[in-house]
Amino acid sequence: MKILICISNVPDTTTKIKFVNNNTAFDTAGVQWIINPWDELALTRALDIKDAQAGTIENITVINVGLHDTEPTIRKALAIGADKGIRINADPKDAFFVASQLAEVIRKENFDIIMCGIESSDYNGCNVGGMLSELLEMPSVSSVSFLDIQGGQVSVTREIDGGQETVATQMPFIAIVQKGIAKEPRIPSMRGIMGARTKPLQVTEPAPADSLTEFLGYELPKPKAACKKVDPDNVKELALLLHNEAKVI
Amino acid sequence: MSVLVYTENWDGKFKKLSFELISFANEIAKKLNTSVVALSIGKVEDDELKKLGNYGAAKILSVTNDKLAGLNNQAFTSVIAQAVAKENSTVILFAHNNTGKAIAPRLSVRLKAGLATGVTSVPSDTEPFTVTKKTFTAKAYANVVIKSPVRILTLLQNVFGIFESPVSATIEPFNPELKETEFKTEVKEINKVTGKLLLTDAEIVVSGGRGMKGPENWGPIEELATLLGGATACSRPVSDEGWRPHSEHTGQTGKIIAPDLYFAFGISGAIQHLGGISGSKCIVAVNKDPDAPIFEAADYGIVGDAMKVLPELISAIKEIKAG
Repeated sequence: MKILICISNVPDTTTKIKFVNNNTAFDTAGVQWIINPWDELALTRALDIKDAQAGTIENITVINVGLHDTEPTIRKALAIGADKGIRINADPKDAFFVASQLAEVIRKENFDIIMCGIESSDYNGCNVGGMLSELLEMPSVSSVSFLDIQGGQVSVTREIDGGQETVATQMPFIAIVQKGIAKEPRIPSMRGIMGARTKPLQVTEPAPADSLTEFLGYELPKPKAACKKVDPDNVKELALLLHNEAKVI
Repeated sequence: MSVLVYTENWDGKFKKLSFELISFANEIAKKLNTSVVALSIGKVEDDELKKLGNYGAAKILSVTNDKLAGLNNQAFTSVIAQAVAKENSTVILFAHNNTGKAIAPRLSVRLKAGLATGVTSVPSDTEPFTVTKKTFTAKAYANVVIKSPVRILTLLQNVFGIFESPVSATIEPFNPELKETEFKTEVKEINKVTGKLLLTDAEIVVSGGRGMKGPENWGPIEELATLLGGATACSRPVSDEGWRPHSEHTGQTGKIIAPDLYFAFGISGAIQHLGGISGSKCIVAVNKDPDAPIFEAADYGIVGDAMKVLPELISAIKEIKAG
């Protein structure tokens, strides 16, 4: 069985967000780049299954749409344990563009399970996994918090409001994964980092594709008024402030 | 032309988000000089369907086919695409939740309609169609233009509000064509709590963090939530430790919520946690550490022991409630 993980290259989640060029572009100065946290969880789960069931999964590939500067992030995925990397050499203009590029490559190869993080921590789109499934006319299960393979059959749990559903699906299919799919991401070992240098990282040129949306500019949230502190010996005052001033209780 | 809203019900009753979506659609429809059509999939009684008219839905398409009892992304996309064609819809709205995130991107490709997700307000302009959306996990907002003639939006929950705007709504049974080839997934088992307030629907949320010391100390958190008619939540370490279920985790990788009032007891307020709660209209923090980052996000705070403050706060609120 072959698994493909779509990964996005995003700023570290503790990055202070700033913009340049009159608030039209994200300020990348000094930013540390990481594998999008949800994509990293997907990769972690795929590796866990591969480790637990020797022979079931022959290959785990990671794919990214990005320019040359995303390669350290792809190499990190290889260091963690992915077998092969693919980079589609294009600036990811919008989700539709990215999904179109991924679909082009996936049509030429046979993957049994394709995993995408539910969203990226930069543009918070939640788009690519669903768009990709539709482009490939494959079934998709979204908000997946559990995935296992037993005897060639895949078992999936997805989150719904107030609970979970167990879903049966035909393969190939796209699992759009969220929190719960894996616990802690793996830290690459020194051996993994050394090994990643010689693992294949294939670079593919993009196909012509449209974008349907355009980001014009950004705004930072309005600064918040200072916190009103209440004396710990006068808890009643807090209740009164919430009742009389904030009028929320 | 029309603005089409994908509504959601829970055991036959509309979720609060459906009324918010109709209210939001009504504002967009006014700008475009058109009307709101609601799509309901599932068994919902006419009396319940009519409620959508209170917020401005002029027409309600009701699909009751049993084959659509469980969410199937491909089949649901087909049903909505057929409703769009029938109603000549140019704007399609979903909630930014599990279901919206599952279907909207598929519909975007099916209709080749641009999609903006996590939208926070009505379009600032309709030509070009420009909306504001959340980015960088609420650390920033972006202005996005959708370039296609048909546009799809997912609305962040609890940011727009619910506004009455009664119209007499017509209910129309809708029987879309269902293709067998689109049923490639099947819901085998549903395991959900019924009759409990959804965290994402709650107007008041009481949340606890590692400062609560252990699962045995959650009694007062639950008591306060019940007293205020709210829901309980927790920070990531708490769900990772198994003190509380994962479904209660609020934060960047957990649930993103925007209640009217959010209590953070013993939560330090890591940036990832703030990403999930920063949309709350009023934040109250109780933490022993005066330098905890939660106080930068909070409107009201007490530097003190959450376990000592909670029972006192509960009795003070009981007094207020008793008048």
